[in-house]
Amino acid sequence: MAILDITPTPTAEVASADTLWTKIRYHAVAHPLGLAGAVIMLVFVFAAVFADFITAYDPVATNAAISLLPPGHAHPLGTDAMGRDIYSRIVYGARISLAVGLGSTALGSILGVILGLASGYIGGWIDLVIQRIVDILQAMPLLVLALVMAASLGPALGNTIVAIAIPLIPYTARVIRSNTLALREQPFVEAARAVGMSELRIAVRHVLPNTLAPLIVIATAQLGAAILTEASLSFLGLGVPEPHPSWGRMLSESAAEYVRVAPWLVVFPGLAISLAVFGTNLFGDALRDILDPRLRD
Amino acid sequence: MQPEPHVNGVPVLAVHDLKKHFPIRTGLLQRAAGKVFAVDGVSFSIGAGETLGLVGETGSGKTTVGRTVLRLIEPTAGRIELAGTDITHLDRSALRPYRRQMQIIFQDPFSSLDPRMSVGDIVAEPLRVHGLASGREVRERVAQLFERVGLRPAQMDYYPHQFSGGQRQRIGIARALALRPKLIVADEPVSALDVSIQAQVLNLMHDLQQEMGLSYLFISHNLAVVEHISHRIAVMYLGRIVEYADKRTLFTRPLHPYTEQLLLAVPVPDPRVKRRRPVLQGDVPSPINPPSGCHFHTRCPYAVERCRVEVPLLREAGAGQMVACHLR
Repeated sequence: MAILDITPTPTAEVASADTLWTKIRYHAVAHPLGLAGAVIMLVFVFAAVFADFITAYDPVATNAAISLLPPGHAHPLGTDAMGRDIYSRIVYGARISLAVGLGSTALGSILGVILGLASGYIGGWIDLVIQRIVDILQAMPLLVLALVMAASLGPALGNTIVAIAIPLIPYTARVIRSNTLALREQPFVEAARAVGMSELRIAVRHVLPNTLAPLIVIATAQLGAAILTEASLSFLGLGVPEPHPSWGRMLSESAAEYVRVAPWLVVFPGLAISLAVFGTNLFGDALRDILDPRLRD
Repeated sequence: MQPEPHVNGVPVLAVHDLKKHFPIRTGLLQRAAGKVFAVDGVSFSIGAGETLGLVGETGSGKTTVGRTVLRLIEPTAGRIELAGTDITHLDRSALRPYRRQMQIIFQDPFSSLDPRMSVGDIVAEPLRVHGLASGREVRERVAQLFERVGLRPAQMDYYPHQFSGGQRQRIGIARALALRPKLIVADEPVSALDVSIQAQVLNLMHDLQQEMGLSYLFISHNLAVVEHISHRIAVMYLGRIVEYADKRTLFTRPLHPYTEQLLLAVPVPDPRVKRRRPVLQGDVPSPINPPSGCHFHTRCPYAVERCRVEVPLLREAGAGQMVACHLR
């Protein structure tokens, strides 16, 4: 034993020197667009969290005396027809957008992971049934399905989250299933079986953690789609109801009547939606490149 | 020199007429359209502290034998006895205590370790699953196992990607040892390693056998490796054992034409040695439609009419040697 013993000195010294911060700095330099996306997202998160401190007006308080004011000193982004401060409404609207975006993405991911894991790991007729349901869901475009769901559930914050989450399920379920199919044949899963581990424990402890990287990638990509879908639903009057300020509804209230006389009513909420979706997409693309090179186009 | 096996009383593992046929399913209704005869009637036994080498080409079914013995694959027919207990039909929960007595070492040192778990957790997992240790005790036991296989216990918190292939294989061995098994199925444990590392791992396995009285079912396609570690050797061809003998007999007096050809194919590290060119050509025929009679007749230089028709049975052919051939 003694003579043949190599002194194992793995590359761990190098790896342990890589703190989280240096890793983030490295990737930030390598992916400047991703960094821009992250900054945009952080600005919106900041706005949503500290909305009370960075706005001077109540986003729902009306005042006929100051209706349709153009952007100026007191109201940097102007006011709408009911005299509400556009800037305050956009900042508070970030809360709605993020709540719906994160909520529906989280809900869709959790359900998608459960279905994908069950489908891929158990297989057989369970896989067959789940995959046909997923096929049906995936056959319809995200917005159309969300529209139908929202219309049948009725406009409410919780319902909007559910309406957007359901159409997101198939994408997550598909990716998790295909990853699970590959993982369950891996020798480390066989080793766990040889030890006598239960199948459920193997699925949760060995298969699930190995699907997390692609899951984070999909979830980030879906966040942008979810924010956009919420705006679309609210624009059509099927999303988040009054009195919550929603970017989508700010557009629909103003577009037809005031776009000529008060373009700021349309421009600023539209800019907020575009920026938020743009930011998540940039960040999501960078994250995909960093976490899962296999998913690159 | 390795001691001769002490096969006294009940063997650690006894396999009788083991068969594994994989159905080939086609079409919408998943009708069984045919069968792959991966393992087709294999019998052998392994005593305490003994190593049985299982050799064969790719597709001979040797890996399937290893997996079936561990009940990772359900056998189609036959009987598997672990230390005298028939475990062939035990259900999951009844099988659990017996899993402690038999473990596996894999060929690929990379995919056999979960990349998301620290190597300490990987080695501790069998202890946790069987509730053999808890809290601080787990770390102590894992540290002992690390030392036993030649790794520093300080490396417990590292992840698999931070180790080399040889080190990873040691981690795999430590995991297999955690439950103090009697039998370890080693499926090509060194064929993915550099030659210099192969010797280290083989010596480690040998030392562990001496110390803990382990029995090995050592699966390999490399005769030189098998010669180094085995006491007895079974040669497989297309799902059947064609020759079964103790190591010295097999290497000095091979009886089956297939074994003969395999031995001729072993490279000799001396350029001046002139050798007869091996006659063994072509690939192993498909196990879906194995040749009639003796499976080897399509590639056998001595084949006669009888070989095409009649299946040769494994029979005694001298002391400690069995062969399945009409001509020897």
